[in-house]
Amino acid sequence: MNTPILSAYINGIGLLGPGLNGWPDSVAILAGQQPYQIFPAVLPSPALLPSAERRRSGAIVKLTLATGVEAVAAAGLNPASLPCVYTSSSGDGQNCHEICQTLASADRHISPTRFHNSVHNAAAGYWSIATGAMTPISVLCAYDASFGAGLLEAVTQVRVDETATLLIACDTPYPEPLHHARPLPDNFGIAMVLAPGASAHSLARISVSLSGDAAHTLEDAALEQLRLGVPAARSLPLLRALAQRQSGRIVLDYFEQLRIAVEISPC
Amino acid sequence: MKPLLLSHFTATSCIGRGLDQTMDALRQGRGGLAPCAFETVDLDTCVGEVAGVDDVQLPPHLAEFNCRNNRLAQLAFTQDNFAGAVHAASAKYGSQRIGVFIGTSTSGILETELAYRRRNPVTGALPDDFHYRTQHNTFSVADFTRHYFKLTGPAAVVSSACSSSAKVFSSARRMMAAGLIDAALVGGVDTLCLTTLYGFNSLGLTSTTACRPYDAARDGISIGEAGAFALLEHAPEALPDNAILLLGVGESSDAYHMSSPHPEGLGARMAMQAALGMAGLTARDIDYINLHGTSTPSNDAAEGKAVAALFGAATPCSSTKGATGHTLGAAGGLEAVICALALQHEFMPAGLNTRQLDPAIPLDYLLANRTQSVARVMSNSFGFGGTNCSLIFGRANRICP
Repeated sequence: MNTPILSAYINGIGLLGPGLNGWPDSVAILAGQQPYQIFPAVLPSPALLPSAERRRSGAIVKLTLATGVEAVAAAGLNPASLPCVYTSSSGDGQNCHEICQTLASADRHISPTRFHNSVHNAAAGYWSIATGAMTPISVLCAYDASFGAGLLEAVTQVRVDETATLLIACDTPYPEPLHHARPLPDNFGIAMVLAPGASAHSLARISVSLSGDAAHTLEDAALEQLRLGVPAARSLPLLRALAQRQSGRIVLDYFEQLRIAVEISPC
Repeated sequence: MKPLLLSHFTATSCIGRGLDQTMDALRQGRGGLAPCAFETVDLDTCVGEVAGVDDVQLPPHLAEFNCRNNRLAQLAFTQDNFAGAVHAASAKYGSQRIGVFIGTSTSGILETELAYRRRNPVTGALPDDFHYRTQHNTFSVADFTRHYFKLTGPAAVVSSACSSSAKVFSSARRMMAAGLIDAALVGGVDTLCLTTLYGFNSLGLTSTTACRPYDAARDGISIGEAGAFALLEHAPEALPDNAILLLGVGESSDAYHMSSPHPEGLGARMAMQAALGMAGLTARDIDYINLHGTSTPSNDAAEGKAVAALFGAATPCSSTKGATGHTLGAAGGLEAVICALALQHEFMPAGLNTRQLDPAIPLDYLLANRTQSVARVMSNSFGFGGTNCSLIFGRANRICP
């Protein structure tokens, strides 16, 4: 496939998902040194938000802020300085359900807060409010390809605009009856600071290109189920390679005939 | 940035199907807003509904994509031979070398709203003919577009509320500059649904009359719907005189409030400044500004302050939402096409419905159409979550004589 290769440094990671509570605690699990045990993702209250917003914040906002803050802190950066790429396949599923339920009832009055939280960029908006970042945020959705779409958007920002950027990919489950139509098993969020140059915090240099090769899978059956079950978890083969600190090439899922190859060189 | 060519473009909204009808409506000052008779909506508000959307038939093999948003998408890209241009580009560059970046805020949520009325009374389940991936999911319209044109390259929906289909130009620009694609199908589609009608109503942001941007007595938006698309390609050496070029994109976040703009329009000003910076221009180089101009008291006040701070009071400007309504996630795309028409026809559209300009906003707001040479124009799109995007377009023979 004739495609350019786009390089970037990963200078910080934030991770939160079932059995994966922060990047430092997840490294040994992803590297295969500790067994993967599934327990529901624990979402911390978003300390950066004003108290009224904090009380009302749903899972997607908590997940976004927790992973974003972890990645930016690991990179030793000020979040207000970074543009952001935010990608999610679902948005706030609970909020969507509540609105649809109300609109199908005799009283269609939906609350203003419910409505402004219904936009796909709500969590990205709370990120900018919480951190004071007036930088651009690209807010994307590509269904099961949402992580790949975010990764490409972020690395093109790094290369073309020569800026560090924060990639956040988050998915949260729907309640019934939408859960049956889109059965996302749990909350999963991954954030990465990508930059044009290395820093004291760099984990690896990655070189990203389009590929027709098959996406890599995970040996651990439960982690593989997570990869297939949540679009943001399509990032797991990359996270595993980073945890193992091995050079090599992995292929991430994207579209049916188009995948994303990532050459990894640990720093 | 290196200018990019809008080699083909089209728009369908309540003022017309395709470019000729759209241009004719703008010239005649004919708006498309009317009292809301959409679905079972019982609100006292005006909407810009596109006639005939429900008559559109998707190709049989794409039947699962059937929802109002994708019907309007197809209605839009079958105007002005836009579909033919996409097929030709696919043959020229290869299906994998064309990106698809489409803005939408509510996708096919209307189908989900209707499906919730038909839940199984015993189990609560949604009906079997509800298809989450192809109707509800935010990606649906880009997914549909990829399948409709058999495109296999990078794709995403940009969904940042009312800046969505302005920001698609940014994603496409980077993807083209990085060499991942040779061309991009960009645009926006948003359609009427109960979520936005009842939602904006709950915020007290809908007007009971046809919206009056920048009027002293403006009292809210009129929601519209639209589909607008452009094909972006690298600009060749030789260009037709009236070729339209994307010259700059500027983006920012307010970091202020979810549903109110920064009162001084700080984020808006940063986005406009960034677009000028990317284009290598100053405020004096812009001949016309198509304002975001939603007609809410707070938006127009904040945007007006930002524009006045950067441009002074001399740059002609207007909001075309008095004609089309606020088409939300499609607004950036629709107004980009209106800017392209302004450049090609050397024409600045008046803002409709506005009678008494707000004296607190010192701008050259156009209450009548103006015909004069136009070289470069700016289009503003701002949205919930404090997301801002400004685009600058130029006419080839006026910017590189």
